[in-house]
Amino acid sequence: MSFLSVNKITKFFDRITALNRVDFEVQKGVIHALIGPNGAGKTTMFNILSGVLKPTDGTIKFDNTEIQALRADRITSLGISRTFQNIRLFKSLTVLENVMVGRHCRTRGGLASTFFRLPLKVPSEEMRIREVAEELLDFVGLSERKEDKAANLPYGSQRRLEIARALATDPFLLLLDEPAAGMDTQETEDLAKLIFKIRQQGKTILLIEHDMHLVMGISDVVSVLNFGQKIAEGSPSEIQSSPKVIEAYLGS
Amino acid sequence: MFSGYIESILVFNGIHIIMALSLYLPFSAGQISLAQAGFMAIGSYASSVLTLHFGFPFYIALFLGGLLSALAGVLIGFPAIRITGIYLLLLTLAFGEMVRVFFLNFEYTGGASGMGGMELKTNLINVYSIVAILIVFFHRLDKSRMGRAFASMREDEVAAEVMGINIIKAKLIAFGVGAFIAGIGGGLYAHYAMYIDSPKFGFILAVEFFVFVVFGGVEIFWGPILGATLLTLLPETVRFLSEWRMIFYGLVIVVLMILRPQGLIDKKLVNWIAKRTQNPFRRKGTL
Repeated sequence: MSFLSVNKITKFFDRITALNRVDFEVQKGVIHALIGPNGAGKTTMFNILSGVLKPTDGTIKFDNTEIQALRADRITSLGISRTFQNIRLFKSLTVLENVMVGRHCRTRGGLASTFFRLPLKVPSEEMRIREVAEELLDFVGLSERKEDKAANLPYGSQRRLEIARALATDPFLLLLDEPAAGMDTQETEDLAKLIFKIRQQGKTILLIEHDMHLVMGISDVVSVLNFGQKIAEGSPSEIQSSPKVIEAYLGS
Repeated sequence: MFSGYIESILVFNGIHIIMALSLYLPFSAGQISLAQAGFMAIGSYASSVLTLHFGFPFYIALFLGGLLSALAGVLIGFPAIRITGIYLLLLTLAFGEMVRVFFLNFEYTGGASGMGGMELKTNLINVYSIVAILIVFFHRLDKSRMGRAFASMREDEVAAEVMGINIIKAKLIAFGVGAFIAGIGGGLYAHYAMYIDSPKFGFILAVEFFVFVVFGGVEIFWGPILGATLLTLLPETVRFLSEWRMIFYGLVIVVLMILRPQGLIDKKLVNWIAKRTQNPFRRKGTL
């Protein structure tokens, strides 16, 4: 039984078929890439996996739980987290606060416990949230900028902050939507190391990426989407030599 | 301590601060509400009925009035869950008007002739004690799990939900607690004015509270406090302004939106003041 199994997922937008009966399985502990030309339906798939969109048809099983009908925050608390292709940080919050928001679903403090407490004593839960967030910032290499506004970070750092924020929810499966977009060679190399480090912690990674060098370098399995359908799947070397994939990318 | 006139201005100022904060709470979670005057009406009628007809002690009536208002807040929160921006504004506006018309026709609370005879229970001490409690609450909320959740929803609702925040629950909490505060403000008002009638709680009043918040600043809770205070005291000190109050408000808003769209106070300013007045108890992370 695989960790994540996507069964015949179909998504219509009005009369456009964004995804057409897509099946794929992600095994635990792997780095799995989802590639395909623009408009192939990759981000739609991520939106469905994370609960932002509901599929028109099909099922998704994560760790033996059907998740396709669940709210996004429920899916996150089950252990799937994601980053966004068009960076969606909380721009006016600080870098640290962004990561602290990610701890929300693993903590409990409500309005009452916020209000009814002794003065001058920071609640232990709040301290713990801060500690975890600081560790994560250290992990992605953003410690020095923790008090800056998220909007003031350079692009590459914003992408890493998105990863830290997603990790703060303690995911088992991390969805990365074009994490290397807009990064230079050095930054992309650092990102690859970071992704390996995340996998080492026992997390499973599903990523969408256009940087083929990165994809082929780090992935264990690659699935290829084109026009909302899966056209190929296999190891990076199998994918690189697949005539179907070459045709999809070069056009026919 | 003060002359009756000054005292009444200060009491109204306190009530205005409470009302501005009641609107700021949902605002801080990205929910714009023009229903606060309606919640205020619910709080004032409910607490007045309880003290007048059922002999409840004032503070218990005040609390129950707030609770009833909070219930109404949660009820309108439900349709508001999937509505944002201008549509939410219209929905809350419509709710406020519904409340006003309801009390205009509800004979039990006096209908069009209003309701009077409440005892004078509100004074400077209890109004400003409640303001002080609210300041502590908002100060703590700012650096707390729910406060961050609200701020993240205001910034990007989808991202907030994907980061694991139950935005439905958070919105209902923000609306409900905001309405609770407004209901308390209403109860205080009723037991100071000692006479209430529904036209007072109309659209104009809702807009006034909204102006307090936008004028003072929407980034941090000191903004609505300052906005309410300035816009309450200014028209009183410059008497001729009070006749032209709404025009004055309009002008102020136009000028402010051009010069300082974030409102008078923003986080930058608060941080700057905090640095200037180094308070030994105010280390990072405390309070």
